[in-house]
Amino acid sequence: MPAPEEALSAGNVGFTGGDGAQINAYQALPAGDGPFGGVLVIHHLPGWDSGTKEITRRFAAKGYNAICPNLYARQGLEVDPDDAAAATREAGGIPDEQFVGDAGAAIEALRALPTSNGKVGVIGYCSGGRHSFLTAVSLPVDAAVDCYGAFVTGVVPDGFPLRVTPLVDRAPDLRGPLLGLFGNEDQFPSPEQVDELEAALQAAGKTYEFHRYDGAGHAFFAVDRPAYRPEAAVDGWQRIFEWYGRYLVGA
Amino acid sequence: MCSYLTVPTDVAGSAKGAQGWFSVTSAQVYFDHPFHAPFDHTLNIDFADPSRGPGARVAVELSAESARRLVESINAALAAAGAAAR
Repeated sequence: MPAPEEALSAGNVGFTGGDGAQINAYQALPAGDGPFGGVLVIHHLPGWDSGTKEITRRFAAKGYNAICPNLYARQGLEVDPDDAAAATREAGGIPDEQFVGDAGAAIEALRALPTSNGKVGVIGYCSGGRHSFLTAVSLPVDAAVDCYGAFVTGVVPDGFPLRVTPLVDRAPDLRGPLLGLFGNEDQFPSPEQVDELEAALQAAGKTYEFHRYDGAGHAFFAVDRPAYRPEAAVDGWQRIFEWYGRYLVGA
Repeated sequence: MCSYLTVPTDVAGSAKGAQGWFSVTSAQVYFDHPFHAPFDHTLNIDFADPSRGPGARVAVELSAESARRLVESINAALAAAGAAAR
């Protein structure tokens, strides 16, 4: 049997979103019979882009079934992801209820795969980090990763065009252990906002692990941007796979 | 940061996109993460006709410095045209 990264398959699949809408998703699967843990990958505000699909394949390459739903699919299944992102941005983003419905459908799709071991984790970056936390306080997940998600804590500025609300009050609802990865140079979330989240998780008695990187700001995982910080990103990826190895692998 | 802040304006004219020329009615202007340009943030302009769907869009993502130069060039071109551009 070849190593997972030497034999995986990836491509688009369709499924029904939480509101009954037909949406599409990018799915990447390791070769073999498994059983494999599953990872729900949540794209960032710029949309269902190539970078996020590459991340989805990365999980398959490490031996996880991975799926990344197109959260902007209601703009049209054939619409280019960047055009769908622009239109969704103009509309003020997507409602949290709609997101949770789609995330729930994606989690069910992962668990229904014949190679699934029944365990599913979630991960998101930037706005997807907030969505990852929202998933973990709303749906049954076995592990969650929040990569610099803004507005889990903090105050949304007056006049802010995106319909977004903080989620920290829901920390007691967290369903799975949370790994948080943050840059100390980031302002959204700022180190103080990360402190606020950590305090809420401690108060609620939740299992979590935070890693905060000096010299790194927002989007330090983004390999094609000046924000990329190799030391933080390499360590961060290692932490992610250790986290999922602990909570998503095995019976 | 993700600024999310958008400054829209009505425009009248045409743009050439993936499906050829079409009339544009709006320009969404915002400074945020780009989709394609290799910068952390860019000044983005979407020339669009929302009534034709999300694909009726011509997008540019410019570095802040080049966006400022573009503003100067537009103003200079309009000024040079004189009365014809009024």
